[in-house]
Amino acid sequence: MSEPVKLLGSFGSPFTHHAEAALRLKGVAYEFIQEDLGNKSELLLRHNPVHKKVPLLLHGDRAVAESLVIVEYVDEAFEGPPLLPLGDPLARAAARFWAQFAVDRCSRTLFKALWTPDGEARRGLVAEAKDNLALLEARLEGRRFFGGDEIGYLDVAASGLAWLAVLEELAGVGRSMMGEEEFPALCRWHGEYTSHEAVKACLPSREQIMAFYAGIKERLALLAKSMQK
Amino acid sequence: MDHQQEKVQLFGMWASPYVYKVKWALSIKGVEYEYVEEDLWNKSRQLLKHNPVHKKVPVLVYNGKPVAESDVIVQFIDDVWKGHGGRILPEEPHERAMARFWARFVPDKLSPPIWKWFTTAGGEEQDAAHDAAMEQLRVLEEELAHGGNEFFAGDSVGLVDLSLGALAYVIPMYEEIIGERLVIEERFPSLYAWMGRFLAAPPVKDHLPPMEELKLRFRAIREYFVKNA
Repeated sequence: MSEPVKLLGSFGSPFTHHAEAALRLKGVAYEFIQEDLGNKSELLLRHNPVHKKVPLLLHGDRAVAESLVIVEYVDEAFEGPPLLPLGDPLARAAARFWAQFAVDRCSRTLFKALWTPDGEARRGLVAEAKDNLALLEARLEGRRFFGGDEIGYLDVAASGLAWLAVLEELAGVGRSMMGEEEFPALCRWHGEYTSHEAVKACLPSREQIMAFYAGIKERLALLAKSMQK
Repeated sequence: MDHQQEKVQLFGMWASPYVYKVKWALSIKGVEYEYVEEDLWNKSRQLLKHNPVHKKVPVLVYNGKPVAESDVIVQFIDDVWKGHGGRILPEEPHERAMARFWARFVPDKLSPPIWKWFTTAGGEEQDAAHDAAMEQLRVLEEELAHGGNEFFAGDSVGLVDLSLGALAYVIPMYEEIIGERLVIEERFPSLYAWMGRFLAAPPVKDHLPPMEELKLRFRAIREYFVKNA
């Protein structure tokens, strides 16, 4: 008898998506519990007392927090196609290295740029984000996914980029920072990722993303400001 | 895995705690390697070739293939030399997830307030950083005490210990330089005991930085920050 799997998350958040995508890709049945971030449940606070954040995975009575930690856990605890390549330590190391890069240097930098008011600081952030995106672009090397023919760990970690178009719309950005001319492989990847059967089922719609972020727009500007350390 | 014909190099710098983390990991596995000291003001062509993205140390080069980012390197070492020496990550998936979670806690939540405390002149701001550091130390103390083991995941040095490791010699140095205690034995009995145990552990004790030089370096760092506040 397999133990029940619950995912506490906030639909619309790219970090919650990391965890959901992993579950879907492994074919794990789970119950999604939508958390109200303004009024966190007792279940969340009890099982993630350190960070009090989503996503949080509950597998039976075992709790796992931090989105990429959850992705690795799901990869290791359940049967199904491997997210991190098996039996190839160098490939696994490369996936982990680039995943950290995608989250910290691409998604995070783009996010900061989005919510920083126009000016020199913003221009610097945009330039930095584009330099980093170029490195990620090169990693694709004409393949469908970072993982090759199938979605893997790095694709899931880079999925935050799929939020960019909607967020740019919300922030009122004229021209995308991840334009097709400059980043053809990434844009193609974006199409492949967002139309994948398993992933599609847990990708929030444009409206859902808008709703999630519109509610916290002011907090985001403050958050971006506080990230400048 | 055939370990006969392999060549391992570690590019590092004598004062970097991340380099020591990798040295300790290699020591746990009993790996022989060539160490290359880098002058970070005059980086070698080899380093720039092996880590073009971040241009930092540590970089591990395994049979000519580079691996960068200390957390990634440590997991790589555990993968490649599986079955040799001690385990760095536990066997069971949930325990592995817990190890990864707590390993991240150190750079994400603990190190920032400690660094802030060390680089801020005496006064209200420094006191606030000290309090914030104590709060995070309390969380770690509870986790360590709750486990009831010699080290975080058992009776030998593992991933979390490696992540926290350098603080075992850095915190006492900071305390001496500032003239204020942080890890007081009565307040943090488990952590305090762990610090001594860690520094005396077989994979660590013969691989520590030159303490007097490090102390001088830290003094200079504090002076710089306080002066340029």
